[in-house]
Amino acid sequence: MAPASPAQQTPDGTPGPALELRGIDKRFGAVHANRAVSLCVAKGSIHGLIGENGAGKSTLMNIVYGFHQADSGEILVNGSPVAISRPRDSIEAGIGMVHQHFMLVERFTVLENVVLGAEGGRLLGRGIAEARSGLERLGREYGLEVPLDVEAGLLPVGMQQRVEILKALHHRAEILILDEPTAVLTPPEAEQLFRMLAQLRDEGKTVILVTHKLKEIMAITDRVTVMRQGAIVHETLTRDTSPQALAEQMVGRAVLLRVEKAPARPGGVLMEVRDLEVRDASGVARVKGVTFSLRAGEIVGIAGVSGNGQSELLDAISAIKTPAKGSIVMGGRDLAAEELGPREARTLGIAHVPEDRLRVGVVSSFSAEDNAILGYHRLAEFNRGAFLSGAAIRKHCESKMASFDVRPPNPRLRITAFSGGNQQKLVLAREIDCNPSVLIVGQPTRGVDIGAIEFIHRRLVELRDAGKAILVVSVELDEIMGLSDRILVMAGGEIVGEVAGSEATEERLGLLMAGVKGEGHR
Amino acid sequence: MKAAAKLPRWAEYGLLPLVNLCAALLLSGAIIRMIGESPWSALKLMVDGAVGSQDSIGYTCFYATDFIFTGLAVSVAFHAGLFNIGGEGQAYIGGLGAGLVCLAIGTWSPWIVIPLAIASACVFGAAWAFIPAWLQARRGSHIVITTIMMNFIASALMTYLLVNVLINPGQQSPESREFGPGAVMPAVDVVLAHFGITFAPTPFNMASLLALLACLFVWVFIWKTRWGYALRVSGQNARAAVYAGISPPGIILAAMVISGGLAGCLGVNELMGSQHRILLDFPGGAGFVGIAVALMGRNHPVGILIASLLFGALYQGGSQLSFDMPHVNRDMVVLIQGLVILFCGALENIFRMPLAALLGGAGRAKT
Amino acid sequence: MDAYREIILLLAATMRVATPLVLAALAGLFSERSGVIDLALEGKMLAAAFASAAVASVSGSAWLGLGAGIAASSLLALIMAFACVTHRGNQVVAAMAINIVVAGLAPALALAWFDQGGQTPQLDGPGQRFLGLAWPWSQAARRHPFPGLAYAELVSGHNLIVYFAVVLAPACAWVLFRTRFGLRLRAVGENPLAVDTAGISVNALRYQASMISGLLCGVAGTYISTAASAGFVRDMTAGKGYLALAALIFGKWRPYPTLGACLLFAFADAGASRLQGVALPVVGVVPVQFILALPYVLTILLLAGFVGEAVAPKAIGVPYSKEK
Repeated sequence: MAPASPAQQTPDGTPGPALELRGIDKRFGAVHANRAVSLCVAKGSIHGLIGENGAGKSTLMNIVYGFHQADSGEILVNGSPVAISRPRDSIEAGIGMVHQHFMLVERFTVLENVVLGAEGGRLLGRGIAEARSGLERLGREYGLEVPLDVEAGLLPVGMQQRVEILKALHHRAEILILDEPTAVLTPPEAEQLFRMLAQLRDEGKTVILVTHKLKEIMAITDRVTVMRQGAIVHETLTRDTSPQALAEQMVGRAVLLRVEKAPARPGGVLMEVRDLEVRDASGVARVKGVTFSLRAGEIVGIAGVSGNGQSELLDAISAIKTPAKGSIVMGGRDLAAEELGPREARTLGIAHVPEDRLRVGVVSSFSAEDNAILGYHRLAEFNRGAFLSGAAIRKHCESKMASFDVRPPNPRLRITAFSGGNQQKLVLAREIDCNPSVLIVGQPTRGVDIGAIEFIHRRLVELRDAGKAILVVSVELDEIMGLSDRILVMAGGEIVGEVAGSEATEERLGLLMAGVKGEGHR
Repeated sequence: MKAAAKLPRWAEYGLLPLVNLCAALLLSGAIIRMIGESPWSALKLMVDGAVGSQDSIGYTCFYATDFIFTGLAVSVAFHAGLFNIGGEGQAYIGGLGAGLVCLAIGTWSPWIVIPLAIASACVFGAAWAFIPAWLQARRGSHIVITTIMMNFIASALMTYLLVNVLINPGQQSPESREFGPGAVMPAVDVVLAHFGITFAPTPFNMASLLALLACLFVWVFIWKTRWGYALRVSGQNARAAVYAGISPPGIILAAMVISGGLAGCLGVNELMGSQHRILLDFPGGAGFVGIAVALMGRNHPVGILIASLLFGALYQGGSQLSFDMPHVNRDMVVLIQGLVILFCGALENIFRMPLAALLGGAGRAKT
Repeated sequence: MDAYREIILLLAATMRVATPLVLAALAGLFSERSGVIDLALEGKMLAAAFASAAVASVSGSAWLGLGAGIAASSLLALIMAFACVTHRGNQVVAAMAINIVVAGLAPALALAWFDQGGQTPQLDGPGQRFLGLAWPWSQAARRHPFPGLAYAELVSGHNLIVYFAVVLAPACAWVLFRTRFGLRLRAVGENPLAVDTAGISVNALRYQASMISGLLCGVAGTYISTAASAGFVRDMTAGKGYLALAALIFGKWRPYPTLGACLLFAFADAGASRLQGVALPVVGVVPVQFILALPYVLTILLLAGFVGEAVAPKAIGVPYSKEK
């Protein structure tokens, strides 16, 4: 327990570290999530922490927040060591965290959500009244106005994030950690968030931004730390580096940031969607009057921040959900009017790689080979009369694993024993095995490591060149811009613009996503 | 994920249930000691009462047959993600179905009566399970509560029928008249006698063969057919099931119907194999034992078979026990049953981790 | 006149029949709102019924019996919490286990200790039961139909536990919606991760909710054996724990609607009992078994007709673990 290190002043004269980690080490079973990580975050700065999925950055921040305990190492706040064994300790130490998936009680009002944990007394009345005036003041100060008496679950996602930030500030956080904050924001909303973070920094608060988006790091942070495979591999002032350099540090080798492909040669229309309206479980329309078509030999990408109807659109096109209005015509049949289901959709030649792989695309307690026939278990090739043919199923899985380079190539292994990338490759292999005409893919590379990302992107382009119609929905603008021949932008449940792949820029797409309607589409 | 520690197959299906059973027995032993009897002598009496003679073995197997049916019923529902607590009522009504056939055509040839009665037992049991299944599938009504309610309703219904409708005229006790000769499930000792083997006469009857066939059927159906595959998918993950073109409501109905049908076969064992009439409360709690058996047997037919034999021994041994220890009776067996459910079902992880550590250490030493 | 009298007596009977239901349902309210399914209401009540009758019989004091009943029920609640919260076991299975254990253990101990075939001795001594308390002038008031009879039968004459149940729903509503504990309790049933992130212990809250449930079930069970009856008889709860749970679901996990549902059940039950042996206009005499089955049929109808899964506390039934 050495006293505060002499480096209270960092070399460039900025104030001493608000947060210092020394030798943080953490294992989860066989996985070495954090390897003796040491990190200094200067007070009154915005510090970026970047790395691939699985690099260990979320684990590290969860340790700082008290969700996990490090196996060894120290945490120092403002120079003094603190013992953080649960979130309450970190809150008392002045650390607040805004998680990637919001920790809100949807049925509570905003006010109730914010005061949870700091209610100001055993009885609610007085504490809540005081909190209310305090929050109104905070809201005005930082531009974080939120309606306090609305149910949190009814707010748009951008507002929900504000509630999370208000919560942290209400709990008197001096160090604010944000985990992938812009995953759910449109570019203009992200801009607003950054302005607010800059304001917080200027007032002396410390911000740690955990992200995998290189552009954000470059835009807003003062210093950036790169993590790879549990260890810190690089640390620099942001102004001294570049996205390319950071990407290489993240992966450990030169990285191709763009997908190589020849121009598309689209053929006939395979699927036609007209005036589609899809409602959610409470009857609210999430997809409002969407019209587009998918042509053979073309990749259509749907860009948009998540929560704008893309998931419901995917559900409707893959026949998981019946639309309230409109038509989806393929092969002479209308999925909507005839109320077809996924079984018929597959027979028609529609294959679907779902957005949520673990919760929808596979059964996590099943083996790889059992998952390889999910949705296709009725096919004659896997059955012998009334019984499933174990041998045929196993052989099928083995051949898929070979052609898609899935490791380890053991069909009997539980699907959760495979990495995200290998799981996704198996799902993709399964879906294209029956030679579908239309392939629908949701978030193709979510939770997938870079090597598998390149493989999957290449495969999708190959499929396009073989004459398939491919629809890709992704929240990663880079992916959409790299893969698509045609980009449709969705916002508020509608298609607000169409842009050719070759002419797409982030600014143009960003404007569309924010609701500024563009040419070429109603 | 802090997943349940991985155990090798033999430990998962053999050792862990055994450890859980021992924990349950130890606790029961403590309670027996608390009421002033010796757990050791109780255990000896029970073992002797269960397998100490041909007679006991016969009874043990007879009770075990009941539990195989209800255990299989519970396990099929479990695989579909459902907790069927209604086995007791489904067995009761299934017995009504078998009994009605036997009363109606009991004088016909057994080759006709027996298959028809079995079919009727299955249909009646399935129908009793269909109601809560439909309510869950279409209305989202919590199947646990509805099946429990159906148990109570079955009890009331059967009481009414036996007192007012089916009662043998001129008799006091609420039972039907005796079945005709064609409605009798041949006893095992009679069949063995045909082959020149002598065995003590007990209610142990050919319904046990039906039970074994049921085990085979469940094993093949759940793991070797596409319908069983669909059932398992739906039980593990309803959203993935929809994605795969499987309809979870349809699975709920199918699983419960099969489950009810299996439970109904208990009526064949009890009424056609032993009592030869319809009477009150013949399931006698077997529906709930089925839960313990399914949990202990890890929802696999082989495990269920073994667990059923064990519980059959407990039951037979338990009833012998009450002769020699007047302060201990069948309630003690119910207690053990509850403790088995507790350890095998709810507290299963309590022994899993230490076992995995123990075995993992040994495993590492080998490689 | 006769009809008025009948109605008053019916309402009074409703209050008495409703009492264990209200106590058990509100017990379940706390654990279910905290995210733990409470199917063990039946077992906890039965255990309390046995413990209170046994201790009341031996000690001669109903109050000591009450204490024993609460202790027994709370012990079981602790075991449930241990299995489900600490060890993240399957909540339905654990509850069924507890119910079956008690169903066997209670008569077994009764047989061993009292040698009466699984019952406890009749409670006939003074102070061994919770008897009705007559309020001042109730005897005199009875002679005047309105409002005297109402006062005499509805307000006066109930035992303490009934009065306790009367004030329980408002008390629960107050705790749930006006205190910090209530806010946190409701939060942990909706999104335990949010509670954990806010620095509050999820497990502690769930244990506390379990203990409250144990306490209220203890009172419910004590009522059944020492107030409504004069001793413990095997299986005497006869499914009331499940009925209480159904009432809770029907009442959408809110105190006052749940109270209403319990009263509805009780009214139907009390009303049906009055019809036993009475010839009705069209159907004649309703068989006694049908009347006995009425609460269960009613439960199924209620669950079939009006309730959707969507309203339950969001995180109910799912054991909480940080690593998702």
